[in-house]
Amino acid sequence: MSERYNFSITTFSPSGKLMQIEYALMAVEAGAPSVGIKASNGVVIAAEKKHKSILSDESSVSKVEPINNYTGFVYSGMGPDFRLLVSRARKIAEEYYLTYHEPIPTPRLVQQIGFSMQQYSHSRQVRPFGVSLLVAGWNQGRPYLFQCDPSGAYFPWKATALGKNYINGKTFLEKRYSDELELEDAIHNAILTLKESFDGKMTEYNIEIGISNKDGFRKLTPEEIKDYLSAIL
Amino acid sequence: MSILEYNGSAIIAMIGKHCVAIASDKRLGIQAQTISTDFRKVFEVNSGLFLGLPGLATDVSTVERTLQYRLNLLQLRESRLLTPRSFMYMVSSLLYERRFGPYFVEPVIAGLDQESYQPFIATMDLIGCPMEKNDFVVSGTCSEQMYGMCESLWKPNLEPLELFEIISQALLNSVDRDALSGWGGIVHVVEKDRVTTKHLRARMD
Repeated sequence: MSERYNFSITTFSPSGKLMQIEYALMAVEAGAPSVGIKASNGVVIAAEKKHKSILSDESSVSKVEPINNYTGFVYSGMGPDFRLLVSRARKIAEEYYLTYHEPIPTPRLVQQIGFSMQQYSHSRQVRPFGVSLLVAGWNQGRPYLFQCDPSGAYFPWKATALGKNYINGKTFLEKRYSDELELEDAIHNAILTLKESFDGKMTEYNIEIGISNKDGFRKLTPEEIKDYLSAIL
Repeated sequence: MSILEYNGSAIIAMIGKHCVAIASDKRLGIQAQTISTDFRKVFEVNSGLFLGLPGLATDVSTVERTLQYRLNLLQLRESRLLTPRSFMYMVSSLLYERRFGPYFVEPVIAGLDQESYQPFIATMDLIGCPMEKNDFVVSGTCSEQMYGMCESLWKPNLEPLELFEIISQALLNSVDRDALSGWGGIVHVVEKDRVTTKHLRARMD
């Protein structure tokens, strides 16, 4: 039945679904897990970075990307699609700064990226993005965590998980989350959430962590991640 | 004669203690001929945020409308008020977009930040090079006279009422020495919770 509605991304199925968007979400669910937690004094985003082969050079792969001084992205799904969204977001953020000399408010950035993703769900000769984004930002003295889906829908979260086993990840976060959480604890919880579904040994080289707080957004170095891991193991 | 002096105008903004004031004349002329004596060149673009546009009258309207349009859209989209400093950069980028065919206005911005209530004044040239000050800014056809008056009258930490008196005297005595501006004045004093607007009577010659 659903094959009839696969010719065009813009054709609804009788049940009211756009099949290509459903498939894009499945690509996200099949992707490597990522997690985001908002704490009282910052946000953390983290992702698993598994390598297909021991021969690959892990320093060339990066899943947590800074957008401007205060904002970072991470994703589950297709890497190349993510890079396109990152370069777009950086341009949007820079254009905003150029006009107003003020870092772009995180909700505004998410809104514009969401708009861009929505265009790819009803335009000709394109397919929707095969990624869901997690956006970590710090703005006007408060933290923000957003998820942005291939359909262009976006949601603010206190904590969420994406990708493979995301349901387990979310259940785990529901148990662990509290409103008073501090950034340090949030980083621990993010690592533990990734660990829930992690095959093999977790090291400082096969996960990535980014934090955003009043000092801005930055990626944790492998050395810092190692310290967090040794505290857990 | 410069096209900036075609219609005539004089605008001053000043900082006081927890308040700002902006004043302008009311004349619209075509060179020496006076056309109107209630021409508006200061606009409240936001609550507590004022934009003064001395210069070519046709561009005064265009720039005011374009900025109001952009500001309204931005504030709707972000559901927040823009800070005066960000608004200044917004004006600046609008003007620089027309770098090689500029709008003939030299804007003055005055306002209170709606969160911190910090006073803010700034001015810029017709291609949008911004200048923030913490005393007073002037712009228009009698800027030399206005500089003179402001330099001799202004002092730090003026209360709203004193500020009104000083900015009014500075404006009136400057435009009396200029043929292209004057014919009445208007003063807005912005405080934390209110804006006071007063019209000034002046020499009508």
